[in-house]
Amino acid sequence: MELNILTICYLIGSITFILGLKMLSNPATARKGNLIAAAGMAIAIAGTIFLYKGSDGEGLHNYAWIFGGLAIGTLVGFIAAKKVKMTAMPEMVSLFNGMGGACAGLISIIEFSRASADFGSGATMHGKLITIFLGVIIGSVSFAGSMIAWGKLNGKVKDFSFPGQQILNTLMLFVMVCIAGYLVFNVTPANSFLFYVILSGALVYGILFVLPIGGADMPVVISLLNSFTGVAAACGGFLYSNKVMLTGGILVGAAGTLLTILMCKAMNRSLLNVLIGSFGGNKAGGAAAEGAGGGSYKEISLSDSAMVMSYANRVIIVPGYGLAVAQAQHVCHELEKLLDEKGVEVIYAIHPVAGRMPGHMNVLLAEADVSYDKLIEMEDANDLFKTTDVVLILGANDVVNPAAKNDPSSPIFGMPILEVELAKTVIVNKRSMKPGYAGIENALFFQPKTSMLFGDAKGVLQQLVSEIKSL
Amino acid sequence: MEYILNLIKSNQEIIYIVILMIFLGIEVIGRVPSVLHTPLMSGANAIHGVVIIGAIIVMGEAKEIIAIVLGFLAVVLGTLNVVGGFVVTDRMLEMFKKKK
Repeated sequence: MELNILTICYLIGSITFILGLKMLSNPATARKGNLIAAAGMAIAIAGTIFLYKGSDGEGLHNYAWIFGGLAIGTLVGFIAAKKVKMTAMPEMVSLFNGMGGACAGLISIIEFSRASADFGSGATMHGKLITIFLGVIIGSVSFAGSMIAWGKLNGKVKDFSFPGQQILNTLMLFVMVCIAGYLVFNVTPANSFLFYVILSGALVYGILFVLPIGGADMPVVISLLNSFTGVAAACGGFLYSNKVMLTGGILVGAAGTLLTILMCKAMNRSLLNVLIGSFGGNKAGGAAAEGAGGGSYKEISLSDSAMVMSYANRVIIVPGYGLAVAQAQHVCHELEKLLDEKGVEVIYAIHPVAGRMPGHMNVLLAEADVSYDKLIEMEDANDLFKTTDVVLILGANDVVNPAAKNDPSSPIFGMPILEVELAKTVIVNKRSMKPGYAGIENALFFQPKTSMLFGDAKGVLQQLVSEIKSL
Repeated sequence: MEYILNLIKSNQEIIYIVILMIFLGIEVIGRVPSVLHTPLMSGANAIHGVVIIGAIIVMGEAKEIIAIVLGFLAVVLGTLNVVGGFVVTDRMLEMFKKKK
């Protein structure tokens, strides 16, 4: 009876995950979808705690430990997720993803040491060992990779690559798979230490895999590692013949892989190009900088900027990560309202990958109460630039770099960009002339119609607001 | 060869589930607008936290102290993934709701 109820719990869990994902891909139902999936998860977890019976017909033990772990995890997870700043969302997701990967890895470690008490043989054992090895490899890669991605996004870890790194990575993966394959059929207590060789190999592989990939591509990497963790969770599902883990894990694995590809498409690049390209590497940056030719740029004063913008018919604001870091979305909205009162039409042009993740900028601006119909997508914005007087670029760089259109040697060549140079005047707010996240120079800054307005986005916008008020 | 065929036959139920789920996963998010990429990724991230169920089972069946400690760690990390994942996703989506 109890086991039948547990089966129903798992069935409900699986269905809510599918429904949840479905609803998450539509703006109108997304929030409800998330809550439905969360409710299904709660049912599946509660069912496991109270109704699960092992193969020997015994229920679970160690309840104090289980509830202790749940309580600590819930408390820490809830507070961390509530307190994190909107700008730090991507690294938070990466961190949580790493936790899931580590969890899957730990399960495999414990199951291996339990199995090593009596290895036995036969197809059942082989199947069990295969899933244990898959779980430990994928889980560890996902954990180590996510930690590096997290470090890169908050600036603690720098891009690092050395010659032959790709070959080393491929070789490591090959060796790990070979050892695992050998162990599946020939494991004995004497050579079971090789399992820990695989474990450490997978951790190192995860680090080396993410390290050379540029920070700008981290969202794609996180999304990929996300689907890895899904597969690692599914391995646990094989191990316990647990249908909800299996369906949830594979579902995320498949959806995550597709999402990764969609993200690459939004940047007009292939996944392979992202993984091998080591974006932002020095070689590419150097070449592109030469291509841009340096040259001189001109600065514009605050009062002049305030003047041009107040007397413009239409101002298009291009927000980038600089705006997000400076937490300037609220002042930005203030500026927009002020100009609006003066009869200036103000709209925001949102590049699909503005900020650090697709949709990141929409979330930030929504937080500052910017109305939805003021946010224009790239294609529509590109039609409007021709008839626009002033474009104000706030901490965006690569998404407005003309090199993506006219310099085939540039690493971002082919990425669709906002064609801001079609407008009459372009004002660029940046903290310095330093290149953007992709590490390449931007020829736009040296064009005659472009003026630079240096400073932290928030400070500059505040001063602009007061300048415009006093006009 | 026969070994592999037997393996497929004895696990056919699981193989069916995996194949169907792969297609379902691709189908279900096929039309997502790019605005929702981040929340969708975050939501999927929370869903793979279902690995917590494995952690609970391992913890509940653990006998030796080392397995108990590792299992406890797995439960904590898995819970972090689930709770943190859903809460972060909800916070992101809350922003979208205000627009209307």
